[in-house]
Amino acid sequence: MSPAPHPGAPGSPAARPAVRVVLPAHLRVLARTEGELSLEVRGEVTQASVVDELERLHPQLRGTIRDPATSRRRPFVRFFACGEDLSHESPDAPLPPAVASGAEPLLVVGAMAGG
Amino acid sequence: MTSVRVLVGTRKGAFVLSSDGRRTCWDVAGPIFPGWEIYHVTGSPANPDRLYASQTSSWFGQVVQRSDDGGRSWEPVGNDFTYVGEPGTHQWYDGTPHPWEFARVWHLAPSATDPDTVLAGVEDAALFVTRDGGLTWDELAGLRGHGSGPSWQPGAGGMCLHSVLVDPRDARRMLVAISAAGVFRTEDAGETWEPANQGLRSGEIPGPEAEVGHCVHHLAAHPSRPDTIFMQKHWDVMRSDDAGGSWTEVSGDLPTDFGFVVDVHAHEPDTVFVVPITSDSHHFPPDGRLRVYRSRTGGGEWEPLDRGLPQSHCYVNVLRDAMAVDSLDSCGVYFGTTGGQVYASADSGDSWDAIVRDLPAVLSVEVQTLA
Repeated sequence: MSPAPHPGAPGSPAARPAVRVVLPAHLRVLARTEGELSLEVRGEVTQASVVDELERLHPQLRGTIRDPATSRRRPFVRFFACGEDLSHESPDAPLPPAVASGAEPLLVVGAMAGG
Repeated sequence: MTSVRVLVGTRKGAFVLSSDGRRTCWDVAGPIFPGWEIYHVTGSPANPDRLYASQTSSWFGQVVQRSDDGGRSWEPVGNDFTYVGEPGTHQWYDGTPHPWEFARVWHLAPSATDPDTVLAGVEDAALFVTRDGGLTWDELAGLRGHGSGPSWQPGAGGMCLHSVLVDPRDARRMLVAISAAGVFRTEDAGETWEPANQGLRSGEIPGPEAEVGHCVHHLAAHPSRPDTIFMQKHWDVMRSDDAGGSWTEVSGDLPTDFGFVVDVHAHEPDTVFVVPITSDSHHFPPDGRLRVYRSRTGGGEWEPLDRGLPQSHCYVNVLRDAMAVDSLDSCGVYFGTTGGQVYASADSGDSWDAIVRDLPAVLSVEVQTLA
C-alpha cells in the first residue's frame, strides 16, 4: 500500500509550491496524519488533481472523499477555500490561485448533518 | 486455558470484550474506530487472530478494517465494492425504479478454512467475495442478476443483504437473506441462485405465492444440521428442514412473533433463542420487560428467560446481527441492545449479566471461543 515515488521531488528547481490540505478529523485518523498535509500536485491544481494526489499518498482514503463508482464528491463532504464553498464547482476547475500557491489551504469538511 | 472474545459493533465504534472461560470478569477494550458506525466485526474460524470489521459513515463511505493480532491493531484494506456491469434498478419505496447504489457492508462471513476468503453482504443488496484478505472485492453477480432484482424493495433499514449461511459440508451451497426480498440459495458457489421463500407469509405483503418480497430479518443454523434453518422474519419465527426449500411457522406461544435476532445453541441443534419485540412499529420489548425466549424443541414451544434482565421500564431493541453463542461446554449466549448493554449468559440463557451497560447502540455481536 506504499505510494509510488513522486517524479517532482520537493526542493528541486522544478518544484512548485506545495498545496496545503486540511482533512476532517475522521480522515486524519484513517490516514494516520496530524495537522495539515502538503501535497506536490502535478499539472493544474483542481479538486480532482488534489484528491488524486491525496489518494496516491494515502490509499486508505480512496472512496472516502469521492464515491469510487462515480468519482463524484460524496454528498456530505464539502470543499472550502479562501472563505468560499467550492463544493459545487467542477472537480476539474482550477482552484483559487491562493490554494495553488500554498498561501491558503483547501479545507475538506464533513458537512454538518444529522442530529 | 479457554477464553472468549466478544466482538461488538456499535453506532459509534467497535469494542472487544474479553474473559477467561468462566465468563465472570471482563476486560473491555475500545472504542476502536470511534465515531464510525461499525456494522459488523467478526473473526476467521481458520485463524482467530484474523478479524474483519465493516466501518461505515454517511459522510465518508465504507472502510473495511483487518486485524492480524486479535484486534490490538488494525489496517484498512480494500473498500471498492463496484457492482458488475450496469447496476440496473430495484424498486424504491414508492414502487418506482431506483438505481442500485452501494451504501455499506452489513455482514462479513469469513471462510471456515481460509482466513483470506470472506463473503460480504452489502446494501444495496449484493454479495461480494474477497480472496486476498480484503484487498479486493468481487461481486457474485448471479444473485443480483437472478431476474427478480428489479422487483426487490428495501426494508425500513435499507435494502441490505444481512445473513449469509455457508453449508459446512460443501461451501458451494449457500443461503443469503435480503430485507425485503427474502431468501436466496445457490449450490454452485454463487453462479446461479433461486428464491427460497416457499411458505413465508406476511399478511397481504406480498401475496402468498410471491417468490420475493419477504422481509426476512435474520437466519441461523447449527453446523451439525445445516439443512435446518431458523428464521426471524418481520412477522413470524420460521423453520426449514430442507435448506430453505420450504418454511413452516414455529412462532408457537411467543408473546409476539416480531423480532430481529435468532440463534442456535452451540451443542443442541434444537435449542433456539429469539428476543420478541412488540409489533413492527414499536420496536421495544413487550410490557417493558426484556426477555430472551428459548425453545428446546426447535420452535413451537418457548420459555421466557429473564433472570438478570431488566423487567420494568425497558424499551431497547435487539438488532438482527446482535446475538451470538460461544462453544464452551456450558454454552454462552450474548446479545447487545440499542441501549448499549451487552448481556451474557454462561448457562445457555438461564441467567444473564450485563458485561457493559452504556455503549453506543449495539449493531452486532460476535463471539470467538479461543483455545
